[in-house]
Amino acid sequence: MGVKCIHCGEDCGKHPVMWDDKPFCCHGCKTVYQILNEKKLDKYYDIQPMAGIRVEQQEYGDKYAYLDLDEIKEKLLSFSDGGISKIDLFIPTIHCASCIWLLENLYTLNPAVVHSNVNFPRKTVSITFKDQESSLRQLVELLASIHYVPEITLDQLDEKDKKSSDRNLLLKIGVAGFSLLNVMLYNFPEYLPGGDQLEDSFISYFGWLSFVLSLPVVFYSANDYYLSAIKGLKHKIINIDVPITLGVFMLFGQSTFDIFSGNGIGYFDSLVGLVFLLLIGKWYQGKTYQALSFERDYKSYFPVAVTKINEGKEEHIALANLKKDDHILIRNQELIPVDSKILNGSTNIDYSFVTGESIPVPKQKGDMVFAGGRQVGGILELEVIKEVEQSYLTQLWNQDASKRENESTLKNLITKVSEYFTVIILLVAASAGLFWLFVDPSLALFAFTSVLIIACPCALALTIPFTFGSTMRVFGRHGFYIKNTEVIENLNKANTVVFDKTGTLTLNQTMKVEWMGQHLSDHHLAVIKSLASNSSHPLSTTIANSITVKGETSIKDFIEIPAMGITGIADGERINLGSKKFVSGKEDENPESTNVYVFIGDEIKGYFQIENQYRNGLETVIGDFKTKYKMYLLSGDNESEKKNLLPLFGEDTLLQFNQSPTDKMYFIRKLKNEDSNVLMIGDGLNDAGALIESNIGLTIADDIYSFSPACDGIIESSKFNKLYKFIRFTNISMKVVYISFTISFLYNLVGIYFAVQGTLSPLIAAILMPISSVSVVAFATFAISIMARKQLS
Amino acid sequence: MSVIFFLIILGVVVAGGFLAGFIWAVKSGQYDDTESPAMRMLFDDAKPIKKKMKKS
Repeated sequence: MGVKCIHCGEDCGKHPVMWDDKPFCCHGCKTVYQILNEKKLDKYYDIQPMAGIRVEQQEYGDKYAYLDLDEIKEKLLSFSDGGISKIDLFIPTIHCASCIWLLENLYTLNPAVVHSNVNFPRKTVSITFKDQESSLRQLVELLASIHYVPEITLDQLDEKDKKSSDRNLLLKIGVAGFSLLNVMLYNFPEYLPGGDQLEDSFISYFGWLSFVLSLPVVFYSANDYYLSAIKGLKHKIINIDVPITLGVFMLFGQSTFDIFSGNGIGYFDSLVGLVFLLLIGKWYQGKTYQALSFERDYKSYFPVAVTKINEGKEEHIALANLKKDDHILIRNQELIPVDSKILNGSTNIDYSFVTGESIPVPKQKGDMVFAGGRQVGGILELEVIKEVEQSYLTQLWNQDASKRENESTLKNLITKVSEYFTVIILLVAASAGLFWLFVDPSLALFAFTSVLIIACPCALALTIPFTFGSTMRVFGRHGFYIKNTEVIENLNKANTVVFDKTGTLTLNQTMKVEWMGQHLSDHHLAVIKSLASNSSHPLSTTIANSITVKGETSIKDFIEIPAMGITGIADGERINLGSKKFVSGKEDENPESTNVYVFIGDEIKGYFQIENQYRNGLETVIGDFKTKYKMYLLSGDNESEKKNLLPLFGEDTLLQFNQSPTDKMYFIRKLKNEDSNVLMIGDGLNDAGALIESNIGLTIADDIYSFSPACDGIIESSKFNKLYKFIRFTNISMKVVYISFTISFLYNLVGIYFAVQGTLSPLIAAILMPISSVSVVAFATFAISIMARKQLS
Repeated sequence: MSVIFFLIILGVVVAGGFLAGFIWAVKSGQYDDTESPAMRMLFDDAKPIKKKMKKS
């Protein structure tokens, strides 16, 4: 093992870059260290040793030139006036205290920075700077130079501030809590022995105060419940907020009546406590992963601007302004933003994220290229043939984006329960009222309202937020992040699982290389390695990396022929490396697998068979899924892997190859029409359509903060082996929910026993309602955390 | 006993003051990010160089 890089902690390999007697893994890291050292910011390494982030070699050149464009600047800056500008930048690599420290000391590196502030959970930094002294572009380039590369994407340009809804909920909780503590104090003397001997003036004084303090709770804190109830009723759905609204108004009405008629102090403490607890539940459930995004579409994948060639000159324009017939320039590693035709240059295009093909496709002058591919190779001049919005793949990702929303109004468990619940409670209340109407009319109205008051489903409504909220937190701790708590219920409903292959079951970066043919001497292996390392084609790099023999040979007359192979002369021997056609002149009869043929001297030595490398634990995961679910596999690749996958999945699983993104989507739609509840597990944009179409879509990501298509959950790729356990755990969550429901129904029965007799006193309500809620909440949270310890670790 | 009337009002006013403080804290964004300040407070003062210059 070599030494570790002072900056980023990566292994430096055999030849570390040395500077100031310190080892670095690469020049990039060394440069950052130099910058920080020069400005006396080396405390960065004291707060957290090796805090840096390694960034693979990067040339900016004009990369950020688009930030000089006024229209883009205008959209990015959150404030700009009188020479002062403010911007919020998302930097996915923010990960430790050192990051905060360095980013908040940005003014040392660029004096134009007035103030910078990091929001750690969101992984954003908001920078206030003097825009006359430093342009936005310079600022971003500075951040990139110290390896904090901001992610600037199209959809950020249109993003709205989500903070206000969180703040509103906190305010509502604050108001409710304030009223609750005071109102409880006023009601307390009533409940003590001898409370009935209190002076009348006290009782009416406390009563009026409680009434006044409950007003903001009823009309401000709880108003979301009324709105949701009305919304539900409009769609002819009786959701859980309907009985809650009924209960709140009955409590308020009955208590107000008591106060005005001088009958007592009313149920204001129960009312305010109910609303407070409900809001706490909402807050607990609403805690989401702020730095993760589940709603991304192609916009966050595409560049913000492109280089356009206008009468021989290069200029940067915003992507939205790109028109048909424009000529654009795409450099190495850049994305093709729009369907176009190649005017100049030849290259390989990596569509793996878009279509699922794992091997880059060679393209020459005159060929069509589709938006979304990543260019690997030289500089490419393209002619735009369609506008961005109409590109083949963009259209696919766009359609049905709103579909999801409609689906979520489908009845979930709590709505089903609350429908029966509301009807039964109303029936019980009405019959109690009717009964007393004949026996003792003075009690009739009271019995009716009492039932509705005590049956107000506080505990019922808290069950889901706390059970699912805890489950979501447990999942998060184990590397599985879900969008919201509804996903848990849907995961449990799934009965069909569809897997994507490339990137989901296989590793994205590493491939398995197998040599087929004559035995190769170490000398020949070294020669092949040297030749392959001259090329940047992914297959060459894969082969070069797979050969462990040491020693380098110099290659003369190296030529790379796109789509064919590479050739060169080493020690007087000619070596050809490439497709069968290139090496032997014959067509490849067996195109099912990816083979690279080797020709040395005067004969063909054999070929490298290149296969996908599967994720660890794949066998067990698939084996487990097979026992409970119907399974399918959809792959954008050719059938070469079929022989490896078949034994894993078994004969009864349908394995579909050569599936385009649209094929995948229609396949899911077909399954859904057959009444399956489909869980789709994918990774790239090629699965985006299928992920949206499915009942639940999960994405596997190596880096959860980088781009992933719109989905319901993101799972860290290292946790892939636990996938089955996660999904089965939702079943336990549902069981906990059912038990909690039973507990809360039992409490309701006790309450109703008093209510129908017309003997429900404020005291009983004040004891029963909080106790039922607290015990349900306690049961749900403890049960989940205990079960999680048993099942997930 | 009538002092209770006064004390209760006083209590509500004091509690109301805290509520107002809470509302201000929420509105000024202090609850938007509860993690970064916890780390930020551990950093030393960032201007040791300037202080030395003043002394000398």
